[in-house]
Amino acid sequence: MSTNTSYNDQGGAEAAVEVGQEGTLTSSGTGAGFGLFSTDFKKNDDLKEMLESNKESLKLEAMKRIVGLIAKGKNASELFPAVVKNVANKNIELKKLVYVYLVRYAEEQQDLALLSISTFQRALKDPNQLIRASALRVLSSIRVPIIVPIMMLAIKESASDMSPYVRKTSAHAIQKLYSLDPDQREHLIEVIEKLLKDKSTLVAGSVVMAFEEVCPDRIDLIHKNYRKLCNLLVDVEEWGQVVIICMLTRYARTQFTSPWQEGVSFDENNEKAFYDSDSEEKRDRTEAKPYMMDPDHRLLLRNTKPLLQSRNTAVVMAVAQLYWHLAPTHEVSTVTKSLVRLLRSHREVQYVVLQNIATMSIQRKGMFEPYMKSFYVRSTDATHIKTLKLEILTNLANEANISTILREFQTYVKSQDKAFAAATIQAIGRCATNISEVTDTCLNGLVLLLSNRDETVVAESVVVIKKLLQTQPTQHSDIIKHMAKLFDKITVAMARASILWLIGEYCERVPKIAPDVLRKMAKSFTSEEDIVKLQIVNLAAKLYLTNSKQTKLLTQYILNLGKYDQNYDIRDRTRFIRQLIVPNEKSGALSRYARRILLAPKPAPLLQSAFKDRDRFQLGTLSHSLNLKASGYQELSDWPAVAPDQSVRNVEVIEPVHETVASVKKSKAAKSEDKFYSDSEGEQEDRKGSRNSSSSSNDSSSSSSSSSSEGSGSEESEEETSDESAKSSSQSEKSSSESEADQKKEKNKKNANSKAKSKAVDSESEEENNNGPMASSSSEEGSSASESSASDSDSGTEQKKSSSKSKPKVQERPRKEVSLLDLDDVTPSAPTTSKASVYSPSLLSDLEGLSLSSVSSPMQVNVQTFGPVKSHELLHHMSGKGLSARYHFPRQPFLYQPSMVHLQVTLTNTSDHPLEGLHVGDHSPASITLHRFNTVDRLEPQASVTVSMGIDFNDSTQAANFQLCTKEAEFSVSIQPAVGELLLPTSLTQPDFEKEQGKLQGMNETSATITMAASHCSSAVLSKRVLSMAHLGEVITGHDSIHRFAGRTVSSGALVLVTVEQREATGATITVNTDKTVMASMLLRDLKQALASA
Amino acid sequence: MIHSLFLINHSGDIFLEKHWKSVIGRSVCDYFFEAKEKAAEPEDVPPVLQTPHHYLISIYRDRLFFLSVIQTEAPPLFVIEFLHRVAEMFQDYFGECSETVIKDNVVTVYELLEEMLDNGFPLATESNILKEMIRPPTILRTMVNTLTGTSNFEERLPSGQLSTIPWRRAGVKYTNNEAYFDVIEEIDAIVDKSGTTVCAEIQGVIEACIKLSGMPDLTLSFMNPRLLDDVSFHPCVRFKRWESERVLSFIPPDGNFTLMTYHVSAQNLVAIPVYVKQSISFFESGSGGRLDLTVGPKQTMGKMVECFVITIHMPKAVLSTSLTATQGSYTYDPATKVLVWDIGRLNPQKLPNLRGSLSLQDGAPKPEDNPSLNIALKIQQLAISGLKVNRLDMYGEKYKPFKGVKYVTKAGKFQVRT
Repeated sequence: MSTNTSYNDQGGAEAAVEVGQEGTLTSSGTGAGFGLFSTDFKKNDDLKEMLESNKESLKLEAMKRIVGLIAKGKNASELFPAVVKNVANKNIELKKLVYVYLVRYAEEQQDLALLSISTFQRALKDPNQLIRASALRVLSSIRVPIIVPIMMLAIKESASDMSPYVRKTSAHAIQKLYSLDPDQREHLIEVIEKLLKDKSTLVAGSVVMAFEEVCPDRIDLIHKNYRKLCNLLVDVEEWGQVVIICMLTRYARTQFTSPWQEGVSFDENNEKAFYDSDSEEKRDRTEAKPYMMDPDHRLLLRNTKPLLQSRNTAVVMAVAQLYWHLAPTHEVSTVTKSLVRLLRSHREVQYVVLQNIATMSIQRKGMFEPYMKSFYVRSTDATHIKTLKLEILTNLANEANISTILREFQTYVKSQDKAFAAATIQAIGRCATNISEVTDTCLNGLVLLLSNRDETVVAESVVVIKKLLQTQPTQHSDIIKHMAKLFDKITVAMARASILWLIGEYCERVPKIAPDVLRKMAKSFTSEEDIVKLQIVNLAAKLYLTNSKQTKLLTQYILNLGKYDQNYDIRDRTRFIRQLIVPNEKSGALSRYARRILLAPKPAPLLQSAFKDRDRFQLGTLSHSLNLKASGYQELSDWPAVAPDQSVRNVEVIEPVHETVASVKKSKAAKSEDKFYSDSEGEQEDRKGSRNSSSSSNDSSSSSSSSSSEGSGSEESEEETSDESAKSSSQSEKSSSESEADQKKEKNKKNANSKAKSKAVDSESEEENNNGPMASSSSEEGSSASESSASDSDSGTEQKKSSSKSKPKVQERPRKEVSLLDLDDVTPSAPTTSKASVYSPSLLSDLEGLSLSSVSSPMQVNVQTFGPVKSHELLHHMSGKGLSARYHFPRQPFLYQPSMVHLQVTLTNTSDHPLEGLHVGDHSPASITLHRFNTVDRLEPQASVTVSMGIDFNDSTQAANFQLCTKEAEFSVSIQPAVGELLLPTSLTQPDFEKEQGKLQGMNETSATITMAASHCSSAVLSKRVLSMAHLGEVITGHDSIHRFAGRTVSSGALVLVTVEQREATGATITVNTDKTVMASMLLRDLKQALASA
Repeated sequence: MIHSLFLINHSGDIFLEKHWKSVIGRSVCDYFFEAKEKAAEPEDVPPVLQTPHHYLISIYRDRLFFLSVIQTEAPPLFVIEFLHRVAEMFQDYFGECSETVIKDNVVTVYELLEEMLDNGFPLATESNILKEMIRPPTILRTMVNTLTGTSNFEERLPSGQLSTIPWRRAGVKYTNNEAYFDVIEEIDAIVDKSGTTVCAEIQGVIEACIKLSGMPDLTLSFMNPRLLDDVSFHPCVRFKRWESERVLSFIPPDGNFTLMTYHVSAQNLVAIPVYVKQSISFFESGSGGRLDLTVGPKQTMGKMVECFVITIHMPKAVLSTSLTATQGSYTYDPATKVLVWDIGRLNPQKLPNLRGSLSLQDGAPKPEDNPSLNIALKIQQLAISGLKVNRLDMYGEKYKPFKGVKYVTKAGKFQVRT
């Protein structure tokens, strides 16, 4: 790239400049470092002076030199007192360098290091989160046991810091403290438990790392966070992903039952069912199968799959091993492609990946067979890469591809890299034994190699031939003869020994040659290597037994030579053989069995992979790479026979959309403003979780919590007077009402139901993931959702009825889940109904980042993600010739143009032919500007797609008219927004609110007194109704009776303040302050409607 | 996780060490040196080693060893990947990754290493974040720093680390807004003696150089995305949209980065752009051999083949060569036994030829096999797979960026067996 090169130039020139300056600076750089130590300590003295001077630049210079020393591994510890004085310096670079020094030497100079502690303690209270974080980092890195209590305190405080970055740092500090003082374990586990609940993606990776280091056995801490971790995984930074995936692999192996048994057939049906979801009988069959994958298990597999596309090789490997250890057999091959891709990466990466593939390919040939050619060896590969590739090719060999592989091997045998050639010969040997069809071919090929010029090749061939012959000795006496002839030429000891052994073993097949070979050996015995000598003794003994006439003297001679050999092994062997074969009076019964001992039929050696036993280790681990258990290795447990209670994981599933979004939820009105980050949200989430689990788990829950769930359930369902089908917030209500229904049922039904229910939650969460707050888009979804909302409204009053109603739903869920779960496996061409939301969760979280970084506006715009979302008809399918469109306001700021109101339009094709080129045409009036959605190229029949568009209504409720066009036709549609949708929430403190309200008095104030419906009087309900009507943010007030809401108009940003003051029993005054008087009156009207008796 | 890092040069000197936990003595490297001794080439040193108390994971890159020490179980790829990131970061900061440059910038290097890992766990590895914290050295800055004594540390604290899009820094401003994409494809192939393709595949990468103000949201679409068999993305790419619509939608990092890498499957027929007619033979008796190479274009889609270089690792016995090239120049290094024929631009009318004799060491046996040829080449304005970028749309910002796409095809691991 052009810029890169220009940058290079700069870098190079810069280096030159620095070198040039060295004379004056003697700063960093080579010369300085070496110079320092040639002239030794004098220079250190001047460092001390420099540090103590008043000039910052001198101090900085000194510190740079000191860091240079540390980098070289030289000792600079005597400067400690001088350096530590600068710890509170204002200059950031100087401070950072002092930190580097401090961390390096504090352990050695503990007392002096304590001088710096107070500085860090002060910095821990700094308003700037980055300063707090860096103080904690350094404080925890100083390995001084005395400050353990201080560290503990700092960690505990930082763990509840409102900045996720500081919390992340505290997660790191946990590990540091643990390694410094393992006694703190229990306290640290508490902190870990707390941080595990954290919903920031920044924290997740670090805290799991701390978990792995401190308490990997406390699997119980994961239960409640399991689903959250699965859902957050995609957005966690890549290093954290690796750690989390590895931990979840271990977790899953303890919590789910094995998918590898009967499950196989089930899952295949499962996939078919997706493509052909109407087929009833298939569904019946699947239900009849005993194995059902736990939805959480499925969740993990589904959420890790996209990570196979990560650029980080470690992440890809982590996912691959997760699939290998957890996925049903037929799904494991999804990782193949990505693993093969990694082979293009750096050599070291290849090495590790190939090792893992080698292990995998032993068990599952089929996985890598289509990619066989990717493992062909290039002459430029490093030796260890070559051998690994060879190993894999050998593993992949089967009857079908053996000829291709052997042809490839022939090239390798000729390689200049002789070690590799030798390895190839071994590989050929293995192929020959594994595939009986080619044994003869291989053997012949190997015999040809015996005349090779290279010694190692020949030697290796001999060894392999020996092994091969053992498997079928009968036909091959001529090969043995051939080898005997070659014997003189071969000098490699191992090969010679092998030939001797072969001749000895099959001496009866070569009766003429064997004694002759022995004769030659007797001559050269003394000059042979030990290993050869041993075989000579063996050969002699065997010949003595079979052909004692010819060889008796030779044997005696050799045994005599052996008796006086320098090597004790050989002396030993000789003595043993002599006693065994030469009959004398002392040798007892044993010599009678000599023949049977020496010439016993020997089992052929098994030629098997060196990676055979590696599968005892988890793939991708260091232990697997080294093939020995590394310290700290966590065994992967076997699948439990019976799955532990699944309900332990029942927590309200978190949608990434909600995560860290600054939202003021109505239920937390009492919470202080500064905790509006995810902490408080987490608590709420917890509460919900406990609510859920307590009502669904088998053990009897405390009555208080179950009653509270009932209470909230009925309260919410009552509100839902309108029968709108799409309700994002109904999720929680639904599950709680369901659980009520369950309680009414008999106990034995409970298990099945809770299972199905958790599945329901699961599938809904996916919905949430993909569509954000919108729940209904496809017709199928819509119907089930409306059904559930119907049961919701009933549940408050007639619970029996609701239980009967929810029953068909429970049955319906599994089928739906089947289709939803396997969506990932579908080819992208298929119209993924309702999946194709333009707003992916990551985009939304991107948005959040945008709002975080734009600190310019003093009043932050809140993103209110809760609240029922009404969907409105835009185009009926009758008038739209099969195209139907519904829209709703997702209540998110519009990404591309902040002054526009964000709309999501769901286009559904109800006709029987695909619609093409869906786009927005002309619009009117001209004063309204709109942001068109991207043209939808093609919409298959029965498919639907959700697109986002933005409309700038100019803060008026005037309808926006525009054309919705397909390739063939144009339809005029019109959107008239409710006034409440033209607002964006603003967070204000109470004083600010009052101040702003003071500015908007007089004609800018509109108010009305109403009588509220009795059911709306509680403050929670009241604010919920207001917020569902208008997109406002709630202002935290001290009063129970006064509710304040603030927002801004989307287009002009004018402030809109709403106050609802409750009087007596049901009376209330609504006041709207805004300079948009028209809006004020319309808003007031709507509010009156919303709050007045229904 | 990662306990310590040692940087070791080609000759085996440790020139930099950094410890993230307590200090580990240099002697631990002795185990590594032992393994290095055993290996014939630096590339052959096993990346994962075991010592009595530690585990050593090393990478060899730019003639430097990056040796990390770990004490407990950790995924080796995690460490390897990180070490490569470190090397890339040096490259990014200093323009090259070499011993001299690291020694010259030892303070910056140390500051970088300090930020990249906390307690051995990666903290900030995004170049954008690091550059916000520690400015890369430039001529101007060095001069200013020297004169005024100011630092190369940002006074402002970085916000990138806190953002959910850590790869992009806030407040980017350019006068010329540009977005360039380079589609680079490499052909990996093995061609056997007779000229038939043993295996061939295409590995592609899209390098982006984006200099756009503000927070642009880009959408890049292809004419034929179905071609791509396997892909990997920069974290900025929204995977969901790729799954559903086969478009790349992303908020880009600022500056240069690799947007995606892809693989075009071996099932598709890969066009091999050139052919090589070769005959290398060593005489049975006497010490010599003949070499005759002719190269020509095969499937180049009408484009010019440039930077054509053939590299041959000769057998050890080859002492010297006396060859004549009709085009380009050749060199033979008798020490490393590498013959390089630099052809340059391939002329389809007059096919380049290299022929002549090889002389062998006296008494050395005839080499067992013929060396294989490694081919490097470049074809401008062509993506051999046929991949085409359709359009680039930008949302979120008002200005009109200047857009450009460049295609290049190169030979990757392209080998001709003889």
